[in-house]
Formats: sequence, structure tokens, C-alpha cells
Amino acid sequence: MQSKEISKSKLFFGSIEWNKYMVYIVFVIMFALFSIVLGDKGFLTQNNLINVLRQTAMISIMAVAGTFVIASGQIDLTVGAVAAMSAMIVSLVLQKTDSIFLALVCGLTLGISSGLINGILVTKFRIPPFLATMGMMSVIRGSAMWITNTAAVPIKNMTFNKVFGIGNIGGLPVLILWTILFYIVGVIIFNKTIFGRHTLAVGGNEVSAGYSGIKIDKIKIIVFLMSGVFAAFAGILYAGRMQAGRFSFGEGDEMSVIAAVVLGGTSMSGGTGSVVGALVGSILMGVINNALILAGLSSAQQTIVRGVIIVVAVVLSNLSQKQKR
Amino acid sequence: MSKAILEMKGINKSFGSVSVLENVDFSLKEGEVHALVGGNGAGKSTLMKIMTGVYSLDSGEVFINGGKKNIQNTKDAKENGIAMIFQELSLVPTMSIAENIFLGEELTRNGFRDVAAMKKKSKEILNELGIFINPELKVNQLSVGMSQMIEIAKAISKNAKILILDEPTASLSDSETVQLFRIIKQLKENGVSMVYISHRMNEILSISDSVTILRDGKKVITDKIENMDLDKIISHLVGGETSQRKFEWVEREYDADGDLILKVDNLKINEKIQNISFGLTKGEILGIAGLMGSGRTEILETLFGIRRKLGGTVELMGKVVNIKNSEDAIKSGFALIPEDRRRQGLVLGHSVKSNAILPYLRKLLVGRTHLISEKASNELAKNDIKKLNIKTDSIHKKINLLSGGNQQKVVIAKWLNMNPKVMMLDEPTAGVDIGAKTEIIEIIRNFADEGKGVILVSSELTELLSVCDRIITMFDGKITASILRKNINSEEELQNAVQRN
Ligand SMILES: Nc1ncnc2c1ncn2[C@@H]1O[C@H](COP(=O)(O)OP(=O)(O)OP(=O)(O)O)[C@@H](O)[C@H]1O
Ligand SMILES: [Mg+2]
Repeated sequence: MQSKEISKSKLFFGSIEWNKYMVYIVFVIMFALFSIVLGDKGFLTQNNLINVLRQTAMISIMAVAGTFVIASGQIDLTVGAVAAMSAMIVSLVLQKTDSIFLALVCGLTLGISSGLINGILVTKFRIPPFLATMGMMSVIRGSAMWITNTAAVPIKNMTFNKVFGIGNIGGLPVLILWTILFYIVGVIIFNKTIFGRHTLAVGGNEVSAGYSGIKIDKIKIIVFLMSGVFAAFAGILYAGRMQAGRFSFGEGDEMSVIAAVVLGGTSMSGGTGSVVGALVGSILMGVINNALILAGLSSAQQTIVRGVIIVVAVVLSNLSQKQKR
Repeated sequence: MSKAILEMKGINKSFGSVSVLENVDFSLKEGEVHALVGGNGAGKSTLMKIMTGVYSLDSGEVFINGGKKNIQNTKDAKENGIAMIFQELSLVPTMSIAENIFLGEELTRNGFRDVAAMKKKSKEILNELGIFINPELKVNQLSVGMSQMIEIAKAISKNAKILILDEPTASLSDSETVQLFRIIKQLKENGVSMVYISHRMNEILSISDSVTILRDGKKVITDKIENMDLDKIISHLVGGETSQRKFEWVEREYDADGDLILKVDNLKINEKIQNISFGLTKGEILGIAGLMGSGRTEILETLFGIRRKLGGTVELMGKVVNIKNSEDAIKSGFALIPEDRRRQGLVLGHSVKSNAILPYLRKLLVGRTHLISEKASNELAKNDIKKLNIKTDSIHKKINLLSGGNQQKVVIAKWLNMNPKVMMLDEPTAGVDIGAKTEIIEIIRNFADEGKGVILVSSELTELLSVCDRIITMFDGKITASILRKNINSEEELQNAVQRN
């Protein structure tokens, strides 16, 4: 009888998890604001909005895996570098063999290997993920520069460029279609599979996950693998969109991914997360970038304002979290 | 004579150079409740964790149903029908009740998690245990006691043949304990064999069929419960000396009409908990009794500034104090020994020493510098260990490697050093062995004898009756009575007062 009472009162105060919905609220507010202020500068045109989605496709895709990484209490700083390296490999293989299949295999293999190495460093050698992936980031980015001595590699294969970058299907850019596909897969894995729950459990309480018979190391390795593969695919999309491989692709993407995922309601300390939130978080960041450019801010001003907006958004979601007490 | 479902023979285990179990034999008969008793750090949890594959044994053998088994991990244990309720709560706080119950063995349909089925099944399991709660609630929204019940549900859901309960009642109130015992009896009827670890002797005497006593990692005796009584168990526990270690109430000398050290007037904490008024005299030990969720912990937390009060006044030594946070509270002279030591009382990754000195750092500086004196810190920590008889091989040991009871002693030590005016203790002896319990009670009495005030919240009525001078009862957020200890003649009397609306 007494327990009934508890469930009732707790339900009342605790069931609304504001931090999860914050990103949607912030998104709507920002969007409305930009529509009013920048409406006459073309913010609301279909062209502009589709463009925003195209530009954020890579971050969005990496943020799917990023949600798993952060929800399991880990962090992966290699994603930007992996994207660059994968783009380099893909364009080099295309240049030498013109085989799309071989190029994809080689690009994704890079993602698998770097994810595996990250996972093993973190689980078997017990290196904190921040340090392990920071080191790996440097190694991979350096390799991307070294492989052609920082020269860009153009891609002449138009089929590749169309499918993975500049094409349209039924009026929608392929980049948006790829994003949708990855999100469908991500949402299903995260919410519907056992692996998804185990990811959250490892981030929420590693000890108890272990006591429940979950193979913690295995989960972590798979999460890093996923992150590597998704980043490699993002690199393929970068290559297709730019019709070239360049070592500088994805610079700073690791930070954008973390920001998008956390804005989307995933806790930095692990244990909670939302894949759809990460998508909205990525798009929100894209919209902000776009609006700042339309508003005619200089690149220095853009950097500052973007920083302020991210901090404010995170503060807001924290505030609403605190009120629960 | 029923046969042994589980046997452990010649178990040895050490952590590093410290030997924790020496040549221990343990045998669990089919369908019995077997109590495992021993002081804090005797090795009870370790022995059981070996059985469930959390720790590996150094040497020794494990037999299940007569067959030799090599249990390497929790999966092996599960396959052999062994489930354990761990002393350290092992739920994932960010996940729902249903998700926790099925963690590690989720139900699936077409390869995907079958959320609806798990929810339904959880509800059934919980209802069977007499718990009516929405299984979609997150565990971090539940009280400690409720989490404990969920933990039990989780173990039961695995259809275990052998169930190990490591101090399941340490954070349960008496009425919940009754509920748990009902469940245990029911499981026993269903043929489940159980190992029951507890420091509460009356529970052991009432629920178990046989008992094994461990002392300092060695088995002392295994016997039928009929052949045991409280004195015998205690003498085995402490090793021969049968000095009266039971705690009995002795009327204490203090001026009941003297100055108030603390006066709480019309305190309002939330819509449910309000109109809280009481006084605390110098030298008085005041107990608060009530069911789980009746608002006991909330009062202490509000006085300590962790919760914001919505109304009312608090006077300390005749002066109104306005406490906004725990720093204010500590400065004014409050100390709170919190309910959940692992979450609230300790920094788990830190050493015994850094935990013990944490609130005291300002007084450990070298001269006028801002540097902390290593020497003074070490002395303080060593002193604490001696004073409270804390079992650890060094002050530098990480606190989460100490046994549960010893962790609790560190929390108490930490606040005793601060020399507060009013000490508030929330379930201070949960998980503490009899020896330490007597010591803690002695510490509380001595503290009050210095003319300070003590507020004690405990779900164990025996404990309240043995230390308090006066007991306030609470029901559903209201104070229902204030009774002098000397006017209470039996535990039933208090029990009735607690349940009265
Ligand atoms: N992982 C570990 N590493 C090092 N020492 C450990 C570890 N686990 C336990 N110990 C030590 O082993 C001893 C026995 O601990 P255990 O938890 O089994 O005691 P217990 O009988 O369950 O005590 P309590 O009643 O306080 O729970 C303690 O001295 C403890 O410090
Ligand atoms: Mg123990």
C-alpha cells in the first residue's frame, strides 16, 4: 500500500525528463527566432534549409554512433580524423583502380581497424578513452597528411560522386537519404535491441552491468567499432560531396559530434541517451552556423556566438534537470 | 536428512598479500535458509561472491548437486541456478525497473527487445512480491528501500534454485522486512535454497534453519539454529569472551527541562511534510521512528541544508539560523551521517584517509599556509581507525575495498572529528556488525554526554529503544507523537505508535 503511494508521488515529480526534451524546445525557439530575424535574408527558403541538412549530414551520421559512445560512458575523439583518412583512402583507391566496391571496402576497413584499436586500448590496456582516442586522433590525422604529402586527391568517378555526395533521388539529395537510413538503423539498435540496453547499462553502472552477466569489454569494443565505421562512412560522404579526398576533412568534427549528442539529451557521464535527440542536436548546430553566416557575421564573430549558444543550451537543459530535486 | 545442494570445500582467497578466506568449508542443504554470520570484514560477501563467479578462488572446490563445478563468471553461476542480491545495490540507476529486472537476460521477439512482455512480466513478479509500482519508473527515482525490493525481484525473476541475500534488510524498515520474510518463506516452499547474510541477530534467529559463523576469514562453526541462541552466536562471533555486548537501555542523566540546543518550528518541506515542530535539549538523544517514506530522512536533509525549506524556523542555541546549504549547516554546527553511504557518505575512489579528513581539511593546514599537513592527516586517520576499530590494512586503502560495515565507520569518524553541536544520524548502523554497533551506540552516548544534541533516525526499533531518551513518531509527513523512552515498555508499543495514523 505504501509503495503505491511512493510510485504516485515519484511519478508526479520525476516522470518529466526535461533535459531530454530541451533540445526540441531550444530548436523550436531558435528556428522561430531565425525565421523572424533572417526571413528576408532567405533563411526559410527550401533551398537554404535543404542545404543545411546536406551540410550537417556527416556530423549527424557520426552523432548516431556518438550517442552509443557517450551513453556507454566513453568518448571518441578520432571520428574527424577517421573521416579524413577514409576520404583519402577512398579517393586513392578510386584513382588507382576505379573500383567503387574496393574503395568502400578499404575505407570501411580503416574505420573497423581504428575502432578496434580504440576499443582494445580502452578495455585491455585500461587507457582512459579520452587519452587513448586523443593519441589515435593524432596518429590517424598525421597519416592522412603523410599519405599524399598533404596534396588533395580528386575523384573522377561520377557514379561514386553521385551516389555518395552530389546526387538526388526523387528530388532529395542523397546525403539526406543516407542520413535518414543511418538514423533508422541507429534508433532501432539503440531502442529495440539488447545491445542498445546493455550500452546504457554499462554507462549507467558498470559494476552492476558486470554483476548482471553483461560482457562490459565486449560492449565497449563494439561501441568503438561502430563509431569507427560510422566515421569512415562519413568520410566517404565527404569525399563524394567534395569529389576529392583532402586530409583536412572533418577537422573539429569530434567536438561538434560531442556537442550535438549532449545537446540531444545524452548525459556526458553515461547511462542516458537519445539517438533522435542527437539528430536534432546536429541539425540545430547546422542551423545556427547557417544563420550566423546569413546574418553576415565575420568568421571570428561566428565562432564566438556559436560557442555562447552551445553553452547556453547546455545550461538550459541542466537547469531544468536541477529543478527535479 | 536432505542432501547438500551446494558445497564449498577448503576455500582460500587473498587479495594481494591480505588473506581474506582461509580453508573455509560451507554447505547449503536443499530447501533450507542458511544464515551466514560474522563481523565486518569476516569474509562473508567474499565467500558468496566466489560462489557467484564475481571473484575467483585461489584454491578449493565447489560442488553443486554433488557435481564439481568451475564457476568462472556470473553467467556460469546463473546457468547453475545461483542468483545473488548484492550488498552494494547493483541496479543501473538510469534505467527503468523493468529494464533492470531483465538486465542481462532480456526477452526478445524477432530479435528485438520485447518491451511489452518485459513490462508485463515485471509487473507480475512485483505484484507477487506485494509491490505495486509502475515498472517503467527509473530506478534513480526510488528510495533505497524500494531499490532493494527491486533487487530481490530481479534475482527471483531468474528462477534461481540457490538465492544468496547479502544483508537484504540493511536499508529496509521493519514492515518491509516482514514483507521480505514472507517472500523468503514462500520461496522456501517453492524449493529455493537460500543463504542469508545479516547482522541483525533477531532476524537470523527467526528466519534461518541453520547458521555458519565466520571469524577473520575462518569458519568457526556450522550448526542447526535450534542449537543456538543469541549469546552463543555472539560469543562465537567475537571469539570466546562473552562480555555483555548486547545493548540494553540505560537511563541517561541529562536535564530534560534544560536549555534547548535546537528548536524546529513549523518546518515545511513540501506539501506532504509540514508542520514539523520539535525541540532538542542539551545532552538529549532524540529518535525519529516512522515507516519508509514518512519523511524522516527529509527532515534531516532539510536541517542540513541539502533540501530547501518552504517555511518555518530553525533555532540553534536560541538563535535563528538560516541554512541555505550544507556549508552553512556545518559552520553552524550540524553534522549529518547520511542514509546511503556509497552515494552520499563517501568518495568511493579515494582512500580511507582522504575520506576521513575531507570535511576537516581547514584544521589540518601547516601553520598559516594553505598546504595540508601530511603528518597531521595521517595521525587523524590512524586515530580514527583505532578509535572506531576500523578494519583495514592501511589508511591508504581505497575505501570501496573495505567491507560494508567498515565503510560506515569511516563516515561516522569523519563527522565525529568535526565536533558538531547537533549530530544527525540516518540509519547509522545499517550493515554494521554487533561489535561495531555497540561501539557506535557508545560513541553516540558519549557525544550526548558532552551536552550536545543527537537526532537518530533508524528503522530498527530495537536500536532506537536502546539509545534514545525520547522518540518522535512520524506518519505520512506528520509528527504523530513524542514519547519519553522510559514510558515505553515494549517494542510492540512503539511499533503500534509508528503505524498509528
Ligand atoms: N576487491 C578487494 N580487494 C581488496 N580487499 C578486499 C576486496 N574485497 C574485499 N576485501 C577485503 O576482504 C575482507 C572481507 O571483506 P567482505 O566484504 O567479504 O566482508 P564481509 O564479511 O562481507 O563484511 P561486512 O559485514 O562488513 O559486509 C575485508 O577486509 C575487505 O577489506
Ligand atoms: Mg559484506
